Amino acid sequence: MRLHLAALSLKRHASRTLLAMLGVAVSAAMLLDMVMLATGMRESFASLLSSNGFTIRVSPRGTLPFDSEATIGQADAAALAMRAVPGVTDVAPVLGTTIHVLGRPEPVTAFALGIDPAVQGDYQLLEGRDPTAADAVVASDALLRAAAARIGDTLDIAVGFDPQLRTYSGRRRLVVSGRARFTYLSADDRAAALSLGTVQAMGGGDRADRVSLFMVRTAPNVDPELARAAIERAVPRVTALSTAGAIAEAEKRLSYFRQLAFILGAVSLVVGFLLVTTIVTVSVNERIGEIAIMRAIGVSRAHVVQQIVIEGIALSLAGAAAGLVLGVFTAHYLNSILRGFPGLPDAIDFFLLQPPSALRALGLLVASGIAAGIYPSWRAASLPISTTLREEAVG
Amino acid sequence: MTATPLLSVRDAERDYPHSGEPVHAVRGVSLEIARGEYIAIVGPSGCGKSTLLNLLGAIDRPTSGTVTIAGTAVSGLPDREATRFRLENIGFVFQRFYLLPVLTARENVELPMAEAKIAAAERRSRALELLGYVGLAEREDHRPSELSGGEQQRVAIARALANRPAVLLADEPTGELDARTGADVIALFDRLNRDGMTIVVVTHDEKLAGAARRVVHMLDGRVVRDEPLLRRA
Repeated sequence: MRLHLAALSLKRHASRTLLAMLGVAVSAAMLLDMVMLATGMRESFASLLSSNGFTIRVSPRGTLPFDSEATIGQADAAALAMRAVPGVTDVAPVLGTTIHVLGRPEPVTAFALGIDPAVQGDYQLLEGRDPTAADAVVASDALLRAAAARIGDTLDIAVGFDPQLRTYSGRRRLVVSGRARFTYLSADDRAAALSLGTVQAMGGGDRADRVSLFMVRTAPNVDPELARAAIERAVPRVTALSTAGAIAEAEKRLSYFRQLAFILGAVSLVVGFLLVTTIVTVSVNERIGEIAIMRAIGVSRAHVVQQIVIEGIALSLAGAAAGLVLGVFTAHYLNSILRGFPGLPDAIDFFLLQPPSALRALGLLVASGIAAGIYPSWRAASLPISTTLREEAVG
Repeated sequence: MTATPLLSVRDAERDYPHSGEPVHAVRGVSLEIARGEYIAIVGPSGCGKSTLLNLLGAIDRPTSGTVTIAGTAVSGLPDREATRFRLENIGFVFQRFYLLPVLTARENVELPMAEAKIAAAERRSRALELLGYVGLAEREDHRPSELSGGEQQRVAIARALANRPAVLLADEPTGELDARTGADVIALFDRLNRDGMTIVVVTHDEKLAGAARRVVHMLDGRVVRDEPLLRRA
């Protein structure tokens, strides 16, 4: 009977109920989007770092991977020392550099990685072969488009450019052996991967036996933190960062997003709460006489409160359900805009729907709907019956 | 009065605070009502008759004195127990009917039974029986807005009878009705009383007061006259 009465009471002012429900839906959608924003980048960054199985990144001491131009010297010896660390299964050296593809109407500048094709984790080959030969290069679609090149073409590539003399250094003729998608870069980035030896040779003495970083795989039964500490002990001139540490570092840098998301999420929750409170209060005030009569004929105070709280729950639930749809849709739209930001890896998402977090957030909204109904209904159910009926009769 | 009275009021007083000063709505009223009686409480506006009815119905408490209904001192009951007592023992009829507008006539009658946790099938059957008793069986699915004033008041009477109360209390039940529909309600009360229902009405309506078997006159919060009426056969 209480459910029936609550449903009829909401239906009684259908347009008001619908507007309130839409208001709660907007509030729920915003809350949901903020929850998705608060966790989206962190989770997709973690997923990106874990995707190729490397658990530790090793960079020059005091730096983060590709945070500076610094490189690790005596790279071969460092790699040997790391391979000797118990639990380490693979060590993948990476040397980053800028390359210039010459012989086109305009030189095309791109980012290149010197890698060991046998253990690399920087790209997925889409077509062709890995750059196992010293004169091979794989390129991103963006670079191939810019250089008007295809697999099998020979490119004139340099790694150095003197802007005063306008001369290029470290030139090599390399054959495009494959087409690849680069894990840590966006689809629009012009990028290439060559064998580490080729990049080091093209760079001359400055690059000989040097790398920008190592990516390290550990055995599944090994704690990466222990291996990380062992690597830093074995090679004191490096900083080793586990995936968990990298995520923690990213968390620090993304704290703006989390704070913004937390504040806006809290505002959404308060707005939703106030909306339901307002609607329930207005509804209760309109029905003070009815509530008094229910009390007079023997309906308990608790049952009056329950009936009105059910109305609050129904509003919140319907709003939360609509908000879920609206929130996912808007998050998808906003994500597509933000992912267009230059330089972001394709795998990074700003908004990530995680059902447990979403359910917790929407559950909080429904709980606030329950709280919103309790006070006005309890107040109305506690008014003196005789006085209320007399005032209603006069009114 | 030879038997134990169904309702008993002893030295009841009810004061209301108003602008810092107490208003004495009921002043030292004592009254006994036997089972099966039909009483009208009459008097000018503001004389305390509705306040006395509220005390009799346990929706208000006396400032001092006691109210006992069917052996229970209702004036001392905490809210939860007083509510339960009203549900099971008292039927209320109000001047403005106060039916829930979203419910049909039958659902309005079922409401007190639902609160008393009576099974749905029994509620429905009893509601239809009561609507039949007040002559509205064919109007069970109508909402209050689709009923005339007289019909709404008869639904309100059916609702008041839902849990087979010991007493029916009515506050100006014909106050919002025209003469013809008011007469229908008076006839219904008469029939109810003949069927054994104890009825207490507060009224300005001379015809309704004239239909009662006993008339209690109030003035300034006091009972000034309590007289039995000669009854037709």
